[in-house]
Amino acid sequence: MNQMTMEYTINQLKQLNGAQDHRYQREGLDFITLPKAYAVEAITRLRDHEGFAHLVLLTAVDWLEQGQFQLTYLLNNPVKKQDLGIRVLIPRETPVMDSIHLLWGQAATYQRELHEMFGIDFPGSPRVDQPFILEGWDEMPPYRRDFDTKKYAEETYFPRPGRSSNDPTEYMKHQLYPDE
Amino acid sequence: MSKKLFSLNQDRSLFPPNRPDGTIDVDLSSHKYLKIWHGPQHPGITGNMSLELTLLGDEVMDCETHVGYLHRGFEKLMERRKYIQCFPIVCRVAVPEPDFNEYCFASAMEELAGIEIPEAAKWLRTLVLEMARLQSYLMWIGGQGSAFGMGIVGQWTNYCRDLVLDRFEELTGGRIYHMFIIPGGVRGLLPDGFRERMEETLQTVERFMKDVHSTMFNNAVFKKRSVGMGVIDPSWINRFGIVGPNARAAGVPLDVRKDYPYLKYPELDFEPVTGRDSDIYTRADVRRRDLLLTVDLIRQIMAKTPDSGEIRAKTPNVLHWKVPAGETYSRAECTRGEFGYYMVSDGSEYPRRVNVRGPSYTHAVALLEKMIINVNLADVAGLMVSLHTYPPEIER
Repeated sequence: MNQMTMEYTINQLKQLNGAQDHRYQREGLDFITLPKAYAVEAITRLRDHEGFAHLVLLTAVDWLEQGQFQLTYLLNNPVKKQDLGIRVLIPRETPVMDSIHLLWGQAATYQRELHEMFGIDFPGSPRVDQPFILEGWDEMPPYRRDFDTKKYAEETYFPRPGRSSNDPTEYMKHQLYPDE
Repeated sequence: MSKKLFSLNQDRSLFPPNRPDGTIDVDLSSHKYLKIWHGPQHPGITGNMSLELTLLGDEVMDCETHVGYLHRGFEKLMERRKYIQCFPIVCRVAVPEPDFNEYCFASAMEELAGIEIPEAAKWLRTLVLEMARLQSYLMWIGGQGSAFGMGIVGQWTNYCRDLVLDRFEELTGGRIYHMFIIPGGVRGLLPDGFRERMEETLQTVERFMKDVHSTMFNNAVFKKRSVGMGVIDPSWINRFGIVGPNARAAGVPLDVRKDYPYLKYPELDFEPVTGRDSDIYTRADVRRRDLLLTVDLIRQIMAKTPDSGEIRAKTPNVLHWKVPAGETYSRAECTRGEFGYYMVSDGSEYPRRVNVRGPSYTHAVALLEKMIINVNLADVAGLMVSLHTYPPEIER
């Protein structure tokens, strides 16, 4: 029954908002991609009319090879116990997305973090330009795929004399699979 | 002027006016207001987090949460580690409750890889998660008592928590970070005599909880400071993403164990503990009763956990394990509510993206900043503890 209502929701998204790339992950969890232009409108309708009242999380995935960021809005319907992951692809070169801070109180915090960690802008979102976790950071946003954590660590925290480290993979191979 | 500011009946005309966007117009040069830093080390929270408070007299007018003192970039670090190498990292995301991270990470990975874990492993995972809930609640209840001046409660409950950690040490080899739940199952079966020692521990916890109930929940000072204080309106539940005991104390029975059953919870007999008044006292009482429910659940689990059997499904060589491309979300009910991992795989040996959804993220920032307005400075720590937040999971 629940899956039937989810099918109805998915069909609505396809017909009204041009959604595509639907993926059924498991009972009660589906993912679908929405065009950027219709995403906030669709999310508002899902919240107000389809019962997806709870924003579980908002995060981003950096698809560097395709030159895109994937924003994932994971919405939850607490009555029907369903989750719907809304994927929105935005270009890496101009990473701007409409804000949803008026829909959920905690969304502004998610958007502030995404602005800091991925450099994605959400115009109008409260305090979006203020640092959230990092302070005095002047490198590229650190959660982008092209930010090299190892290089940054080597340049910033120089090795101390007398210390050595093992290659973790080699060490684990020796511990777990000594005969291979 | 100063007499008015510190009198018991404050002149409300001195309060700063609201701007159209909801923020307040504070003119610090008027000398009416005081800005102070509450934290990062303070009794209000397990971990480090600062509140930038604007006070009028001793009443909070405005608050900005500052996090970042514990940022270690775990989500980024996972992208350059193989799945198995992420395990020493994930348990450190939420220090007092590491097992939920291990479970959510492992179950998301198993779901993407299409692995079903053995029955015994499911029972042992359920046991470890409930034990984690028990020790986290014991730690929390001490914090709530201490925030309102009852240090003895913290000493009792931390003693009890130490006993639970002893059981963890027996079972897993570690007291705080266990790394017991691994992809495909768990690391071991119950040791000899574990059931008896666990029962002894549970009885000690119950005995001390009776004392805690008399000392704390029947205490006039605690009641006076917590009843009617820090009320969460039920209409905020969805608006601010409130989960767990904070929602249940408002009468909304959100419990992942019931709503989205996982592991062996469908085979256990329990009902989510709820409250009605949604203030600090009710939240504390809901957590106390939830703690006792956890004690009961551990007994139920111990009675059903097998002593032998397979505890690990067959997995590929973990150093060359390519998890099929896809994305999923795995959740569990920790002591603070819904804890979840969003995992994206691109089919390689490394996770493409892992995002941790901790309940503290919404409770400690957006919700706290709203609730703290007009609270007396002396009650700020108590209010923070009553939301039960762990800063490490905010900044990961």
